[in-house]
Amino acid sequence: MRAADAIVKALEKEGVKHIFGIPGGAIIEVYDALFDSEIVHILTRHEQAAVHAADGYARATGRVGVAFATSGPGATNTVTGIATAYMDSSPVVVMTGQVPRSLIGNDAFQEADITGITMPITKHNYLVTDEKELLRIIKEAFYIARTGRPGPVLIDLPKDVTIADIEFDYPEKVDLPGYKPKYAGHPRQIKRAAELIMKAERPIILAGGGVILSNASEELVKLAETIPAFVVTSLMGKGAIPETHPLSLGFIGMHGAKYANYAVQESDLIIAVGVRFSDRTTGKVSSFAPNAKIIHIDIDPAEIGKNVRVDVPIVGDAKLVLRELIKHIQYKRRKEWEDKVNEWRRKYPLRYKRDGKLKPQYVIEKLYELAPDAIVTTEVGQNQMWAAQYFKVKYPRQFITSGGLGTMGFGFPAAIGVKTAFPDKTVVDIAGDGSFLMNIQELATCVDYGIDVKVFILNNAFLGMVRQWQQLFYDERYSQTCLLCKEMSFEKIAEGFGAVGMTVERESEVEDAIKEALSIDAPVVVDFRVDRLENVYPMVPAGAALNEIIDEEV
Amino acid sequence: MRHTLAALVENKPGVLAKVAGLFRRRGFNIESLAVGITEKPQISRMTIVVDGDDKTIEQVTKQLNKLIEVLKVSDVTKNSVERELALVKVNATPQTRGEIIEIANIFRGRIVDVARDSFIIEITGDEDKINAFIDLMRQYGIKEVARTGKIAMQRGSKALE
Repeated sequence: MRAADAIVKALEKEGVKHIFGIPGGAIIEVYDALFDSEIVHILTRHEQAAVHAADGYARATGRVGVAFATSGPGATNTVTGIATAYMDSSPVVVMTGQVPRSLIGNDAFQEADITGITMPITKHNYLVTDEKELLRIIKEAFYIARTGRPGPVLIDLPKDVTIADIEFDYPEKVDLPGYKPKYAGHPRQIKRAAELIMKAERPIILAGGGVILSNASEELVKLAETIPAFVVTSLMGKGAIPETHPLSLGFIGMHGAKYANYAVQESDLIIAVGVRFSDRTTGKVSSFAPNAKIIHIDIDPAEIGKNVRVDVPIVGDAKLVLRELIKHIQYKRRKEWEDKVNEWRRKYPLRYKRDGKLKPQYVIEKLYELAPDAIVTTEVGQNQMWAAQYFKVKYPRQFITSGGLGTMGFGFPAAIGVKTAFPDKTVVDIAGDGSFLMNIQELATCVDYGIDVKVFILNNAFLGMVRQWQQLFYDERYSQTCLLCKEMSFEKIAEGFGAVGMTVERESEVEDAIKEALSIDAPVVVDFRVDRLENVYPMVPAGAALNEIIDEEV
Repeated sequence: MRHTLAALVENKPGVLAKVAGLFRRRGFNIESLAVGITEKPQISRMTIVVDGDDKTIEQVTKQLNKLIEVLKVSDVTKNSVERELALVKVNATPQTRGEIIEIANIFRGRIVDVARDSFIIEITGDEDKINAFIDLMRQYGIKEVARTGKIAMQRGSKALE
């Protein structure tokens, strides 16, 4: 069998239904094989978008997302997508074409050392140098991508390998002596954790993206209710507990609510699950929750003790560990702590100024009101933080955002991936004008395939988050952050691509516009011309402690 | 403090680059790295000398363990035999030859090449010994030094498998 056909057959065996990518000379054989396959290929307009789409697909479904690219520039265009998936532990397999083996190392046409380039941003990668190893490598790649702490895996396929003749002998099992993820938590550590929980007076649960990756949301909510304890999340953990749940305090960190950050700082025990204590989450590490003991549950041993000191480390899968942990805990109400947190909640709600201008927060509140079940992807910046603050996520995998790498341009192609996986769901990309411009060409993909995603641009004509920093910390010296030098119409751009475009300038038009956009059976771009100088508050400045919060007078 | 780590890794192309790249991008301070094949042809052993506090060493170990091709990492700083090999090319005149041979003998070095005006001396030992030897050779004029970096193995019957 031609190796290219074997590749496609192997992908079918792995259950792959969709692939995102762009063909080219070095991967043309695989595309030729794909021609006869049931697998649906979505031709994106940029390889970066192909990987983001595969990533969005993976985050929404929990299955492995797959992206294809050709050699050289095709391969290097995937780098941002791969790094994004790596930072957020998303299971993605990227297959790139490579020049024939005889030309590798000769600076051949469209040659790039993509395995060398992606070494620091993949969980693992392969250059297939022997066609006899091809099927074993594909098997391993999918296994590595989705097990343990998930992550992207790249397979580089020299063109002559894809032409070679091989037997289709797809391995049933993998044999990786150096890769043995540990799923069950250590029983003694779990007991120690339970003892700390029973002793704690001000416990709090900090849930991260790991809870969502291990589908441990149900167990997390059960743990919270059993203790009982309030739950805060990282940005990636949004959805780990329904944010409408009375114990949910939303996300913490740089733009988390005051009450959530205060609750963490004042707690005496943090039960951290599947979270890596990023600097955006903890604020200044040395002042993070100064009186709290920390229990840290994570499948990646390297995360434990990396950023914060930990009192009880538990290496294992969140779902399994939480199940065990719950068995050792009895309900014990901490009235005083409960009252204190609820008092903060009353005193410091998330709020914004209503002064007649069109406020971005208002747009998101309205979207949430009209489509609370929609899957929301975001771009990166102010739009992302407002979305995180005002869209109350109800279920896991509902809020899809680039947390670790903070990739502008992620949300729109990710939405394409999500909508491909769930054609019946409403999928909205909450965008900024700056971010949307970074992968705007994917409008062509949406229109071509009838991928009915909605893009809501909170257009303030600025690289808004940078402008906010310049305003607050650089004496309003707005160096290179204004994007609106001339009048530009996203509505017309959308129409130019064949999508539906809308422009909204007044608060009174928001509700009708959202209703209309959601009812149209086509990709829609709504350009919300929001207050250009609106800031994201509250804000913990970089390097400050979580309770050193700047807020706006309302 | 300096730690000596021994790592068993799959003997495959690119593994050394992965290990070295890991050290660079995570900002770990690597002092030496020696690699060689073990009794099993599919497995190589790396001896890595790293400078750092306990927290750093813990991270180094954990991050190394995350690499798919790394089979085992062990801290062999304590209670181990440590050796390094050096080749030292030193100027040798008729007047100094005798002295150099004498010093080499004291250090149990071997003269492995003799030219009209130089020697190459092979010497093994722990780092201090090699440093001391090189230091003594300076007075004659060192032309070239090649050192392997440290390899180490813990004493007793316990083995890294």
